[in-house]
Amino acid sequence: MNWTLALPELVLALSGLAILVAGVLPRRDMTFPCTMMVLGAFLLSGAFVLTQPDGMGFGGQYISDAFARFMKVLVLAGAALALLLALDWNRAEGLSRFEYPVLVLFATLGMMVMISANDLMSLYLGLELLSLPLYVMAAFHRDNARSSEAGLKYFVLGALSSGLMLYGMSLVYGFAGTTNFAQLAQVLGGTAPISAGVVVGIVFIITGLCFKVAAVPFHMWTPDVYEGAPTSVVAYFATATKVGAIAAIVRVLAGPFGGAVDQWQQVIVLASIASMILGAFAAIGQTNIKRLMAYSWISHTGFVLMGLAVGTEAGLRGVLIYTPIYLMMSLGAFSVLVAMRRNGHAVENIQDLAGLGRTDPAMALGMAIFMFAMAGIPPLSGFFAKLYVLLPAVEAGFWLMAVVAVLSSVVSAYYYLRVVKVMYFDASTGALDARPSGVSFVLAGTGLFTMFFFLMPAPLLAAARQAVAALIG
Amino acid sequence: MNAAGFPILSLVTFLPLLGVLVILSVRGEEAVVASNARWTALWTSLVTFALSLVLWFQFDRNSPDFQFVERLDWLPDYGVSYLMGVDGVSVLFVLLSTALTPLCILASWESVQNRVREYMIAFLVLETMMVGMFCALDFMLFYIFFEAVLIPMFLIIGVWGGARRVYAAYKFFLYTFLGSVLMLLAIIAIWYQSGTTSIPEIYEFDIPFAMQVWIFLAFFASFAVKVPMWPVHTWLPDAHVEAPTAGSVILAGVLLKMGAYGFLRFSVPMLPDASQYFAPMIYVLSVVAVVYTSLVALAQQDMKKLIAYSSVAHMGIVTLGIFTFNQQGIEGALFTMLAHGVVSGALFLCVGVLYDREHTREIARYGGVAKIMPAYALVFMLFTMASVALPGTAGFPGEFLVIVGAWAVNPWVALGAATGMVLGACYMLRLYRGVAFGRITRDDLKRLLDLSPREYAVFSPLIVLTLWMGVYPQSFLSFFSATVAQLVAQHQAAISAASRFAGL
Repeated sequence: MNWTLALPELVLALSGLAILVAGVLPRRDMTFPCTMMVLGAFLLSGAFVLTQPDGMGFGGQYISDAFARFMKVLVLAGAALALLLALDWNRAEGLSRFEYPVLVLFATLGMMVMISANDLMSLYLGLELLSLPLYVMAAFHRDNARSSEAGLKYFVLGALSSGLMLYGMSLVYGFAGTTNFAQLAQVLGGTAPISAGVVVGIVFIITGLCFKVAAVPFHMWTPDVYEGAPTSVVAYFATATKVGAIAAIVRVLAGPFGGAVDQWQQVIVLASIASMILGAFAAIGQTNIKRLMAYSWISHTGFVLMGLAVGTEAGLRGVLIYTPIYLMMSLGAFSVLVAMRRNGHAVENIQDLAGLGRTDPAMALGMAIFMFAMAGIPPLSGFFAKLYVLLPAVEAGFWLMAVVAVLSSVVSAYYYLRVVKVMYFDASTGALDARPSGVSFVLAGTGLFTMFFFLMPAPLLAAARQAVAALIG
Repeated sequence: MNAAGFPILSLVTFLPLLGVLVILSVRGEEAVVASNARWTALWTSLVTFALSLVLWFQFDRNSPDFQFVERLDWLPDYGVSYLMGVDGVSVLFVLLSTALTPLCILASWESVQNRVREYMIAFLVLETMMVGMFCALDFMLFYIFFEAVLIPMFLIIGVWGGARRVYAAYKFFLYTFLGSVLMLLAIIAIWYQSGTTSIPEIYEFDIPFAMQVWIFLAFFASFAVKVPMWPVHTWLPDAHVEAPTAGSVILAGVLLKMGAYGFLRFSVPMLPDASQYFAPMIYVLSVVAVVYTSLVALAQQDMKKLIAYSSVAHMGIVTLGIFTFNQQGIEGALFTMLAHGVVSGALFLCVGVLYDREHTREIARYGGVAKIMPAYALVFMLFTMASVALPGTAGFPGEFLVIVGAWAVNPWVALGAATGMVLGACYMLRLYRGVAFGRITRDDLKRLLDLSPREYAVFSPLIVLTLWMGVYPQSFLSFFSATVAQLVAQHQAAISAASRFAGL
């Protein structure tokens, strides 16, 4: 049995257990050492990911390929930076518990399993291993009613979606006779007509996955959970988990169900168009910046699904380019959100950023870059992200989707501009507290990436090309 | 390499960013930072201008081809490269941009007092984007510069603008953005048809007529807003009124030219059949723009708004000229663009001079300024005359050529354009009479000081240019006549080929 193939996951799981023990045993507060150890574990696991050979293990349950490596590196990077942001925030909010980094670690582990899944069973296991820590994290501020509410909402709806997905998997198993991705691809890729049972099963699985990526009409939980959960947790939700969810939906739809593209394409097209429109219009009236980011994510989901819906090699490549660019923009924006504290209290209204252009020019510049990038203004990275999914959509003749996409980005430009307007045009209502060094680090890194991506796009493009080649073989 | 022996276009484009870095690195007291930022910005833009003069002297006026071409691979997977070059159509706009920027910086020397550093950075970034846009010979590159202009301009209007600056900034941004995203789709469509984004290569490529129509409409959405043509011009008066003086100068001087430049660079040569097909629509919209906005200008109380509406009218003449598809019309359009860039920029500066002193732009608040500020009144009169296209000033040759070109196509269209000139004289003279002549009705006006040395420095190059362009237009026309001749010939060839096929 080729168990060494899963070395990154094994390393992460074992260090998770060890860190848990290290956190419990001493009598003093172990949050900081535990966080550092988790970061170390991420780093170690990342090193193993980069050196991981291609192959299949655990009786066909686990696959290692360029796609898995690409996505895992992103997940690990996102998780590590989000954890860094959480460190100061949790301390300031009195949420300093060593369990937090451990939960992040296990959620990340779940995502890595999910990304490397080569079977519906291991996919589901990874998904649950991801979801359970997330439910706990959403309710991490347990004395706060909003946070508990967010956790409960997330749990109920998450459980429902998991149930739907599991039902879909059982249907697929019943009608196709296998849960293995390679065999499914063989069964569905043939010339024989696909039975209705499998199609219903696929639709249920898509429903579950759309819930995870927060695509319309399964997006309802996102704004509430984003608003209620602690900002540090949302920073993790909005970055690493999104990458994991995108990886899962891409893996499943392009892999085993790639042969049934005609069956699921319309569903994804519809979800994409609906997400772009709703994300653009619903965000206009928001005053809470966390809710704004939630709707912003929903509209980005629409763009990601657009690349997926096209279903071609170029479309998937667009998705894989979109993901890291989104990850960086989102991490950067959340580093600003985490730094939004005044007189020791967290503030989360857009208006609280008023006058930031004067009181903290560096942070305002960073936030302006992320907002313009999310709106898709060249030469910032967000423009290229949108370009690379628009290109295949136009090439494949999805004109309706492409036109909706560009028009919705004009609408969403309105609310991104509002953040810039508040920061630069409005008078200050008092400076924010000095930002912690972790925030500055993340802000600088992601800001530089977002700003100067256009100078060196080639490495990312090449990596994405390789990953897609591995995915569709 | 190219005629200059070094990558001159990239240098001119990105040199202002070097100034940005210098300004960013300055630390210390606010007053020190402000003064450093002003001087750095001024010197950077002056050096950029001096460098861009190489184009004036080294440009081969007899060649219709792209010159000073530079090429680097950028996104080889997608066939996109960093391709820069200028031809007769674009070279003078590069010079116009580099010439107006130092004047704008000089004009905001005293009127901008808060966040000077950010202001100067915004202007230098804006200069990079403008110059880059005129030099770009790759579609993607062009689009990036074209769009990126929005960011600094949005900030300039929004941060340093007047009372309704937020509204104006939004309107400017969203209007333009809406148009250009449709253009992006058109660019992608061409990209897949032809397999390249290099503009010279796309010129060689024939796009089927059915597709040309859609692409033309998408381009039209973007360029018509930018020009701006009636009826999508409503963002312009708002943006002009609220923008700081220098912002208005750049807006009128360069940014409005981006739309007309787009028509000339993309729509006409790439989509000859669709351009011919839609030309009557353009004529109608242009004539409506000329007559209607001139009438609107007649009713304005605000000086800036009046000049803003006059810009819409002048740009109507430009679009009319471009779509005549003959040598006189297109040359006239190009000349009018240049002249308008200089003259309307100067007129906004003239308004700025009064606004800096009295903090109002209402025409009725002034009167008899000629007696208090004789030098200013003279300068103002020169630019007023240039704006109404008095022979001997910059406005005349261009508008005359456009009317000649339009006459060849359709005398009624020419009549419409000529009406605009008459109305233009009405509103400009009304503006000038209201401000400069009449009795001095208010005592506070008597304290007004005449032009300061800094203001002389701002106006004198513009005065020289205005007279030079009026008296000896040939030195400007010679830049683009070869390119325009080629453009017209290619257009004729494409049209006759299409009609031959239709005959079969």
